[in-house]
Amino acid sequence: MREKKMHVKNSYSDKIFDGVNVAVMIFLLIIFVWPLWFVVIASVSNPNEVWNGNVILLPKGFTLMAYEELMKYKMIWTGYRNTIFYTVVGTLVNLVVTICAAYPLSRKDFMPRNFFMFLFMLTMYFSGGLIPTYLVVNKVGLVNSPWAMIVPGACSIYNVIITRTYFINSIPSTLQDAAELDGANSFQYLMRVVLPLSKPIIAVIALYYAVGHWNDFYTALIYINKQEYMPLQSFLRDILMSNKMTLNDMQGLDAAATEARMRLAQTLKYSVIIVSTVPVLCIYPFIQKYFVKGVMIGSVKG
Amino acid sequence: MAGKMKQKKGAAVQTLAGKSRESLSVRLGKNIRKNWILYVMILPVLVYYIVFAYAPMYGVQLAFKNYRVKDGIFGSPWVGFDHFKRFFSAYNFKQLLMNTLGISVYSILVGFPIPIIFALMLNYVKNKYLKKTVQMVSYAPYFISTVVMCGMITIFMSTDSGIFNIIRGFLGMEPVDALSKPGWFKSIYVWSGVWQGMGWSSIIYISALSGVDMQLHEAAIVDGATKLQRILHVDLPSIKPTIIMLLILQMGSLMGVGFEKVFLLQNTLNKSAASVISTYVYEVGLINSDYGYSTAVGLFNSVINVVLIVTANQLSKRLADESLF
Repeated sequence: MREKKMHVKNSYSDKIFDGVNVAVMIFLLIIFVWPLWFVVIASVSNPNEVWNGNVILLPKGFTLMAYEELMKYKMIWTGYRNTIFYTVVGTLVNLVVTICAAYPLSRKDFMPRNFFMFLFMLTMYFSGGLIPTYLVVNKVGLVNSPWAMIVPGACSIYNVIITRTYFINSIPSTLQDAAELDGANSFQYLMRVVLPLSKPIIAVIALYYAVGHWNDFYTALIYINKQEYMPLQSFLRDILMSNKMTLNDMQGLDAAATEARMRLAQTLKYSVIIVSTVPVLCIYPFIQKYFVKGVMIGSVKG
Repeated sequence: MAGKMKQKKGAAVQTLAGKSRESLSVRLGKNIRKNWILYVMILPVLVYYIVFAYAPMYGVQLAFKNYRVKDGIFGSPWVGFDHFKRFFSAYNFKQLLMNTLGISVYSILVGFPIPIIFALMLNYVKNKYLKKTVQMVSYAPYFISTVVMCGMITIFMSTDSGIFNIIRGFLGMEPVDALSKPGWFKSIYVWSGVWQGMGWSSIIYISALSGVDMQLHEAAIVDGATKLQRILHVDLPSIKPTIIMLLILQMGSLMGVGFEKVFLLQNTLNKSAASVISTYVYEVGLINSDYGYSTAVGLFNSVINVVLIVTANQLSKRLADESLF
């Protein structure tokens, strides 16, 4: 298949290069896909088969037992609900704040723009650190409040910079003159001209923020102690890393039952990974080109 | 319309001429009156940065104080450099420092060149479908959360049914419980990081490579250069600025080993290898509530970070004429 496409006569060394190259790429393909595929097939296989290492390429002893078991754990669904809330509301807040920062900073007639740029960018290199930040968040009453998951991380300077760069480079400034002549003020110009023209970059930063919220574990670890507010990732950690879920209800079981329970617990891990990652991986093929675009815009020196 | 334009131009000339006469505050006042909407927009952002970035910086003084809840940050008594002295003489100071630096250096040595090599090789894949598929699949792991990533690591490294030990058995090696062996920690951390990040990090090189002048390649082909020679003498020099830029960024984060992954992978058995400065700051700060000491350790870390990034930047400015700021 590859040979057919070759119309240039290659030297011997190039043939070796091509051969090695394709081999490496196929190897990488396997390395990237297999671990993810394994989690999928293991989650729908018989726990004993997985335990004995018989599940390699295809599911064995197909069963949805792990998923049925998972449905019984209420905290997973609490976490799911919380995470959806944090992701949706958090991303909206992020977008508003980021645009409020990026738009004035993109305007040449905004006098203190270099001052603000410096003020905001300094925070990329200097920060108060864990405890001083914790004390501030505590002081404003956000510790153990669901808003702790949203407000302290309301704005990422990196996203402000790429949005500002996009506003500056992709929207002709003549549009601003035209809008002013038509009597539009800055806000109307932003809403009717700038934002509609900036859909690609807004999509990119919205996705960056949303994935960040979905995967956020750190913020909850630091600021949230109440189970009812914990995001999915916190519960995931309990299940994946510390077997909390199964040990609780294992008292009073005989050895064989304990063993079976342990195996089910292992399979449960696969299903919980699937349930938590599926939303991201489902939309991933559709959004990946935007992510790539975002990296490109971001790499342009602002 | 033309009249309005003229008016604007006239105003611009006037402000230029008046620059020397009008003081800064007058000009600012005028700008605020004209662009008040922009100022209103940026106000909440300013408040956000003051509260969540600059107020904590004010709190950094805790590093030199003995924090007492009833006195607050301002009222707590000064202790000078006591916390720093305590940290430098702590039994695990050297261990923390070596772990942090060790993980970073290992990460850079392995994790920095691999995406470049990957991008260069991908650039020469002729089959479009293979190229697209590998590219798309290689980004996917980047979107997996750290928690899930660490969960997968534990699953794959487990002694009883993990693929890692199945392969070892296949090669005739003894199974090893790698996650509870300090000696394995760095490798697990770095190579899982490579798996998760190499596709994503390669994007920037792939885009740089797409900008390489085709004429250079054609000239090289005419001169009879092999593909390997074209990589070394055409592609690499062309993307050198991008490489240097990213290397500076990496150097700047030499002391900034991420908290989450180390924290999630650490257990009582591998702790001697799996504690870095950021996890230590968390431990003494939030678990032991030793606020002043924790702040001091964090401050020590961030000061070194700033020094590193400034040095790396200067160095590359001098050596390669590339700089971030």
